[in-house]
Amino acid sequence: MLNDITLGQYFPMKSVVHRMDARFKIVITLLYLVMLFWGQHIWSLVAGLLFTIVATLCSKIPPKMILKSIKPIVPILIFTGLLNLLMLDGGEVYWHWHFLKITEEGVQTSVFMIVRICLLIAGTSLLTYTTSPIVLTDAIESLLSPLKKLKMPVHELAMMMTIALRFIPTLIEETSKIMAAQKARGADLESGSLVQRAQALVPILIPLFVSAFRRAEELALAMECRCYHGGEGRTRLRKLQSGLRDYVALALMLLLFAAVIVLNTMTK
Amino acid sequence: MESLISIQDVRFSYASEDETEQPTEVLKGISLEIGKGELVAVLGHNGSGKSTLAKLLNAILLPTSGKVLVDGIDTADEEKLLDVRQRVGMVFQNPDNQIVATIVEEDVAFALENMGVDPVEMRERVDEALKAVKMYDFREHAPHQLSGGQKQRVAIAGIIAMRPDCIVLDEPTAMLDPQGRKEVMKTIKRLNRDYGITVILITHEMDEAAQCQRIVVIDHGTVRMDDVPKKVFARVDEMKEIGLDVPQATELVHLLRESGCDLDPEIITEEACVDALAKLFSQKR
Repeated sequence: MLNDITLGQYFPMKSVVHRMDARFKIVITLLYLVMLFWGQHIWSLVAGLLFTIVATLCSKIPPKMILKSIKPIVPILIFTGLLNLLMLDGGEVYWHWHFLKITEEGVQTSVFMIVRICLLIAGTSLLTYTTSPIVLTDAIESLLSPLKKLKMPVHELAMMMTIALRFIPTLIEETSKIMAAQKARGADLESGSLVQRAQALVPILIPLFVSAFRRAEELALAMECRCYHGGEGRTRLRKLQSGLRDYVALALMLLLFAAVIVLNTMTK
Repeated sequence: MESLISIQDVRFSYASEDETEQPTEVLKGISLEIGKGELVAVLGHNGSGKSTLAKLLNAILLPTSGKVLVDGIDTADEEKLLDVRQRVGMVFQNPDNQIVATIVEEDVAFALENMGVDPVEMRERVDEALKAVKMYDFREHAPHQLSGGQKQRVAIAGIIAMRPDCIVLDEPTAMLDPQGRKEVMKTIKRLNRDYGITVILITHEMDEAAQCQRIVVIDHGTVRMDDVPKKVFARVDEMKEIGLDVPQATELVHLLRESGCDLDPEIITEEACVDALAKLFSQKR
């Protein structure tokens, strides 16, 4: 069961979106998110939808994967949808019962909200589907590098993220081993009240932590043996490279963004 | 032979946590010369100080007294620290705990990234190192998809990408299955033979030690023996007294000699043992 957890959600493929510079992808995704929530006009949503569809088609990620990413948040969608639908007041009243009523504005806002959240999840999943975690980490390091001047340990944070990603499968494997070992000694992990089950986790977590610390110590030693001395003067095997396509994509995004602002001022 | 590593009367003690207690001395005056291109095995039972000795070779630890010179550089010279580490690479027991990156080739590049090697040259050196350990086809795999032996070979590639003069391996096969052991030993021997890299192999496996050119036996922090494998293993009783084994073939020959058979005491491989026994039988007949 534990082995099913994959490293991030990366979906390796050869497409334009996969080949794009991860830094641009992050910036574009951020702009996209702001745009979704800023846009008040119906056309802003349509623009966001079109952008998502075009980006998905370019990335060659099967649309089924994107829909799958939306599935876990369906309860949240229903909840926010209903809340907006029943509670908001304004415009024509279609139906009402005690304090609950469905109004024109309620319908509008709840549809807006649902579409927005769906697009938000679809857009961000597209980023993680098309970018490997390690490249994502590199891009974050590169984007945050101006903060180094403010003495922020940007390189160290990125290094920690890389090591964490590297050790996820190792620690998962270790957890299943410890669980099997404790079960073999009669530990009961599956029954009892919530408190009892939480208590049953202690004999799994303690050995896991002990071994994680031991691993950390050995890894630090191995890193020192390989001349690790922090981020100073480091070079990278894979350099993040931006090309024409990245600038074109960013320009398109900025255009959309500008259009959304214009639409907003028009509705006011 | 030109000397690469020179260990001069080195003593080392770990500071004990209790200040009133005497620090325990792990190494008690060790002097060794390791020549360029040698394949040396270091034997010793647990707690003999062999792992400590290994850590002194690339300045992970510094001697309490005495000197360790690597290619003429004193390991205590802080300014030359990275030079020493680049010259003497180290591979540890657990392959999982020395792989840093999530992709094989990125991990092999780790040391080069730290050294600030130019990306174009880095690419070449990474490919070369992966080919040298025969892991080039796995360059885009994640470490957790590999077997123990393969992971250990990736760890070795990560070291040889630095182009070191010497690799120190601290029980590199202890956590591997028989297949993985064979792969790793073959790789180590090939690197020594084809690339002229000096290898210091710390091991518990007598059969691995028998494949080296020279064996250094450490006992209670001193060098007890330092000779070619044949001569070391011929001293069966002394080895047993230290708590070490000898290869099975040597043991068999030793027992047969004790019961009066005329055999060469310096037999260490199975093949040599079989030949000698066959010869003995044909003489008897």
